[in-house]
Amino acid sequence: MNPLFRKYVCIAAVALLLAILPIAASMLGQEYYISLFSRILIYAIAAVSLDLLLGFSGMISLGHAAFVGIGSYVVGIFFYHSAEMEPLLTHPFTVQGSENGLIVIPLAVLVSAIFALVIGALSLRTKGMHFIMITLAFAQMIYYFFVSLEKYGGDDGLSLYARSTLPGLDLGNDLQFYYLCLLLLSLFLLFTTRLVASPFGIVIRGCSNNERRINALGINAYGYKLACFVIAGAGAGLAGALLANQTEYVSPGLMHWTLSGELMVMVLLGGLGTLFGPVLGAAAFLLLEEFLAMYTEHWMLYLGPFLILVVIFAKRGLYGVLVGGGKDHG
Amino acid sequence: MLLVVEQLLNGLQFGITLFLMSAGLTLVFGIMQVINLAHGSFYMIGAYVGATVTVYTGSFLLGIAAALPASAVCGMVVEIIVLRKLYNREHLDQVLATFGLIMFFNELTRIIWGRQPLFMDVPPWLSGNIELLPGLFYPTYRLAVIGVGILVALVLWLIFSRTRIGMQIRAGASNRDMIGALGVNIKLLYTLVFGMGTALAGLAGVMAGPILAVESGMGESILILTFVVIVIGGIGSIRGAVAGALLVGLVDTMGRAFLPALFRFLFDSATADSAAASLSSMAIYILMAAILVWKPKGLFPAHS
Repeated sequence: MNPLFRKYVCIAAVALLLAILPIAASMLGQEYYISLFSRILIYAIAAVSLDLLLGFSGMISLGHAAFVGIGSYVVGIFFYHSAEMEPLLTHPFTVQGSENGLIVIPLAVLVSAIFALVIGALSLRTKGMHFIMITLAFAQMIYYFFVSLEKYGGDDGLSLYARSTLPGLDLGNDLQFYYLCLLLLSLFLLFTTRLVASPFGIVIRGCSNNERRINALGINAYGYKLACFVIAGAGAGLAGALLANQTEYVSPGLMHWTLSGELMVMVLLGGLGTLFGPVLGAAAFLLLEEFLAMYTEHWMLYLGPFLILVVIFAKRGLYGVLVGGGKDHG
Repeated sequence: MLLVVEQLLNGLQFGITLFLMSAGLTLVFGIMQVINLAHGSFYMIGAYVGATVTVYTGSFLLGIAAALPASAVCGMVVEIIVLRKLYNREHLDQVLATFGLIMFFNELTRIIWGRQPLFMDVPPWLSGNIELLPGLFYPTYRLAVIGVGILVALVLWLIFSRTRIGMQIRAGASNRDMIGALGVNIKLLYTLVFGMGTALAGLAGVMAGPILAVESGMGESILILTFVVIVIGGIGSIRGAVAGALLVGLVDTMGRAFLPALFRFLFDSATADSAAASLSSMAIYILMAAILVWKPKGLFPAHS
């Protein structure tokens, strides 16, 4: 079969499955799956954003969860101030809390992007192993910052008593929330596939192959990589904002480095540098976790070695299995 | 003043534990070009084996004697089964596979030893305090840890600069293809270096046992600090590991001890406490970021 055709068939099948899943779940009386799959869609957004770094630009960030955490805390902190009727900032100008999704979700994306800009600008001075570790260190720095932030619950985190409000939608309704996540994931995938195919994306992929050559062509590789890092951070922030809404709870645990590791696992499991793969990877990882946890409390004992086998033997993950091993990117 | 000396010693002791962890890891980084996230797992294995043997036999020295080979053997087995397949792979594959190893080892210790942390007592002959200066009493055990760390550093230095195997290891760090071509069994050398590194991690673990709780996942918090040390010192450099470990140990301990008092000078007490708490837990990461911005390859880069 023509691999491109096979790719479109697979994507259409997954999209159709995700679109009818909540309807089927409510007909079968298994509403639990709606919230499980909402979580999968949200992690998929984070994993796709990480794939931009790992799979396309060759920047191995072990601190991606920090941006998920920042996004979720923006939603959490604004909700807290809105519920307490206490302004978030009084000086130099007044900022009130908010529960309005049209304000807090874009703001979460923006704040994550700003953090990614600062962290990326410093981290990108280093390469290779140093980059892996400095991103990890920045994530830990932010993690400890929120752990010691007593006002917002410190280690215990913050509980939200409701989800954000959006005009015309009731996010408290799991079905509507699911479709919002699906819509945002689809838009994000559309954006990222266009991005990696654009001239920008070509430069980014060039940087991962041979940065020196890109610089020799008169292109400032640093700027391109930084822009890519910021976009990925913003995507993770979006995931964080949705995750805070889904669980109605934010805590520093969201930026713990094990979550960064798990996001990496999702990308790899689904297929590195494929964008659609990480969606499958997020689904596979969370379902596997759910499924193994039903049989044994020690599911990590099996997941760990399984992961090692995937790393050693299956290069393009689930996407490679479904679509075939041919490289269609870079 | 005595408080400052005491905290300096605490920082030194913490730095020494970090050095034992980093020495092995930096060699593995420098020579094999492998990122090993699972290094903390060998620290944990050392602590668990040491604690268990100490409880059964009643002897701390036997605990150490058991922990060292246990973590060395585990390390070498892992090297042969998993890491050998990863030497020619990208860093990303190494990160993911060793992340899988962490999951495996954490869960394995939970199955064998349960979820409750183990507590080790300081052996009676090391409990008590020594009067270092008039009025300054310092726990004997912590002094012993400092002594062991300095001894290990000296032995490592002797091995590296005075023995044949040390020469081969240094040669492997600067050009591994060349040393292979000269007829040195690179595979065996790698396994030995890896085993030595994990044995040092196990030593750090068993010595930390009486100070910290021995529990599943204890390796990760120290692992990340170890990364900070190595990045500050420069990957692959033992000298850098010494400098980085002492710097991180001192900055972390002094920050936690004195920042709250310093901040209470400047702000009202509520703000001061929370600001000092967050700044002192972030201090070493800020230090690392600052050093990397100034010297992107660390203080003592191995390959310059």
